[in-house]
Amino acid sequence: MSAPAVDLQQDFFTVFSLPRSFQLDSAALDQRYRELQSQVHPDKFSHLSDAEKRLSMQWATRVNEGYQTLRDPLKRGRYLLTLHGIDTQEENNTAMPMDFLMQQMEWREGLQDAIAAKDIDALDGLADTARNETRNLQQQLAEQLDTTHEFVAAADTVRKLRFLEKLAEEIADAYDELDS
Amino acid sequence: MALLQISEPGLSAAPHQHRLAVGIDLGTTNSLVATVRNGISVVLNDDEGSALLPSVVRYLADGSLQIGMAAQAVQSEDPQNTIVSVKRFMGRGLKDVGDVVDLPYRFVDTPGMLQLRTAAGVKSPVEVSAEILKVLRDRAERSLGGELVGAVITVPAYFDDAQRQATKDAAKLAGLNVLRLLNEPTAAAIAYGLDNASEGVYAVYDLGGGTFDISILRLSKGVFEVLATNGDSALGGDDFDQRIYCWILEQAGLSQLGVNDVRLLLTHARTAKEQLTDNLQAQITAVLSGGELVDVTLTRDTFYDMTKNLLARTLQPTRKALRDAGLAVDEVQGVVMVGGSTRMPQVQRAVAEYFKQTPLTNLDPDKVVALGAAIQANVLAGNRSADDWLLLDVIPLSLGIETMGGLTEKIIPRNSTIPTARAQEFTTYKDGQTAMSIHVMQGERELVSDCRSLAQFDLRGIPPMVAGAARIRVTFQVDADGLLSVSAREMISGHESSIAVKPSYGLSDEEITQMLKDSAQHAKDDMQARALREQQVEARQLLEAVENALQEDGALLDADGIAAIRASMEGVRFLLEGEDQTAIKRAVEALNQATLSFAQARMDKSVSGALKGHKMSDLES
Repeated sequence: MSAPAVDLQQDFFTVFSLPRSFQLDSAALDQRYRELQSQVHPDKFSHLSDAEKRLSMQWATRVNEGYQTLRDPLKRGRYLLTLHGIDTQEENNTAMPMDFLMQQMEWREGLQDAIAAKDIDALDGLADTARNETRNLQQQLAEQLDTTHEFVAAADTVRKLRFLEKLAEEIADAYDELDS
Repeated sequence: MALLQISEPGLSAAPHQHRLAVGIDLGTTNSLVATVRNGISVVLNDDEGSALLPSVVRYLADGSLQIGMAAQAVQSEDPQNTIVSVKRFMGRGLKDVGDVVDLPYRFVDTPGMLQLRTAAGVKSPVEVSAEILKVLRDRAERSLGGELVGAVITVPAYFDDAQRQATKDAAKLAGLNVLRLLNEPTAAAIAYGLDNASEGVYAVYDLGGGTFDISILRLSKGVFEVLATNGDSALGGDDFDQRIYCWILEQAGLSQLGVNDVRLLLTHARTAKEQLTDNLQAQITAVLSGGELVDVTLTRDTFYDMTKNLLARTLQPTRKALRDAGLAVDEVQGVVMVGGSTRMPQVQRAVAEYFKQTPLTNLDPDKVVALGAAIQANVLAGNRSADDWLLLDVIPLSLGIETMGGLTEKIIPRNSTIPTARAQEFTTYKDGQTAMSIHVMQGERELVSDCRSLAQFDLRGIPPMVAGAARIRVTFQVDADGLLSVSAREMISGHESSIAVKPSYGLSDEEITQMLKDSAQHAKDDMQARALREQQVEARQLLEAVENALQEDGALLDADGIAAIRASMEGVRFLLEGEDQTAIKRAVEALNQATLSFAQARMDKSVSGALKGHKMSDLES
């Protein structure tokens, strides 16, 4: 039996045949995702043997997981750090700079006020601010991961991005709430 | 040993046979069956030439049944035994079904799914649905002149795991091999997209008899990618009827009606609703069982007014779906209308206003789902179509487990592309804790009490440790039908426990087998014969698949490898002519086993082939 050319243990950058970096050609990622799924999706195997069906499900699952991970900047950054052997410790490391935490508190209060006043404009403004700050942090993360290779500092940036992701989720929930 | 036969390169050993497969739209109000004939998807009619089978089943005391038109005609004479809109009860407990007081049925509050007491005994919604599916199966087999390889059954995109499982069980009970459960809006998109070779972002607004779905899809180069879906699995045309019904009671000063009168007025309400599509007013005249005359006139304006908030209830999920997809209204290139209820002018107007464009209605909204399902069934059955396309669908609701304090921890978020899997680690709460209860939930809310409970199982044999030291890895796997299985593993001891999520709302395989036996006691031989034929069909398909694989990729194997597979194939071929179903099944399993590493090699080859193409194009650019 010939040795498998590709296996399920490969990292996602290899699976998608993309360079291992934070900066990413998202059009190429989209295209490769579609092409890989065209090869491995269970719909292509439904009339074949059980063994092929099972493999196809494993592969399609793996390709979906890889696509979700690489497409999202925060997940991609976290994943790159894992490949460099660094745990971002988002669950237990809460040592954040004081000014960052103060800023977060201010935004959260703004969010509560906007919900209480049913103020969509204020919500829009807050969403804009959060988007801009997220973009700035992503640029910083790109520097740290791809250029200066400051992985410990990059883990700090990932933790900050996680705060902003939570804020964005809360803003989305607030839109739902004001909508109902 | 017999000499091995080798056919000419590029030629398949067996002439390619068209496999009979159908798409079935199991609707709240009507059901349909369609198939691909000469490359074109067509709806199959009954002997009277009608495509729609009313989803109505009447149970008579002598055990006989009326299904479809005949049952619909007598529904107000025998409302308790004539089940309409049974889809609303699929995978639902009594407490899940609102306003049951207005429905003329005798409900039985059984754990998990409710049941209905009829003249022919207590029936589950799964059994009632299976009766509808059997009629469609028979219609298809007679029309196509052979046994079906399988069927794609459509479900509302917003159906949860329990409702999907119930639908799959109904199909099994009807003797159908389910190739795939397909989301209704996605099916409609296939029918539209392949028809018009469209590219871009589309919204599918699907308002049926009892369910509402909204899906946002991106179509590009033969890939249908569902970006987000949302909806309400208890909102549809029935609710518009209900509004008219309440209005009639109010106008005529009626209360406390008998079940026959309730059904009679609901039927009149529905007729009035349909008349208001083309007319400005509708006359409702009925004589109740006590002799009272009901005579009222409903204007279109009044009807619009009383259903305004039902329309609002469809636009709210629509906005959510767009937000989830990260898109603005003006990025939507087209809006496809699906479901008979989208014929109502106020629905079309509301959708046009929201999306700022005229919705597409060039395919019959009643048939488009079945047509799309048939196209998917044709591909899944292995009938290659000229244009190769792929469907990437999502799960509608988040999946998670219960943690301390009655909170839900989401493991797979809604709108994740399927198939998908995700693992998360949990730990113990108390010192020396040796067992853990895994409670699987579906829904978006944080509190367990606001989500749907899908299943519960225990992981035992955790070695006693201090609280927080054990590491329990819980893995969720969702397959291409959107169905979930869950496993839990204690990482230190290796103790494992898993469950295919069914028991709390679905039927177990044993229950289905029992039902199949009960329903076909007098036709036992027939069933065995059918099982044998199904096994033979499966074996032949496998032989053909392996034969094709060997021809395409035999080079991946050495001579011993080929000989081993050939020997296994001979085993299947030899038994195939006999009548021993179990023996054939064993031989098929052995062949599956023998091709395991060959399958692996083939998958590796196709994946690396996909990547090789890229490396070359990278050099060029």
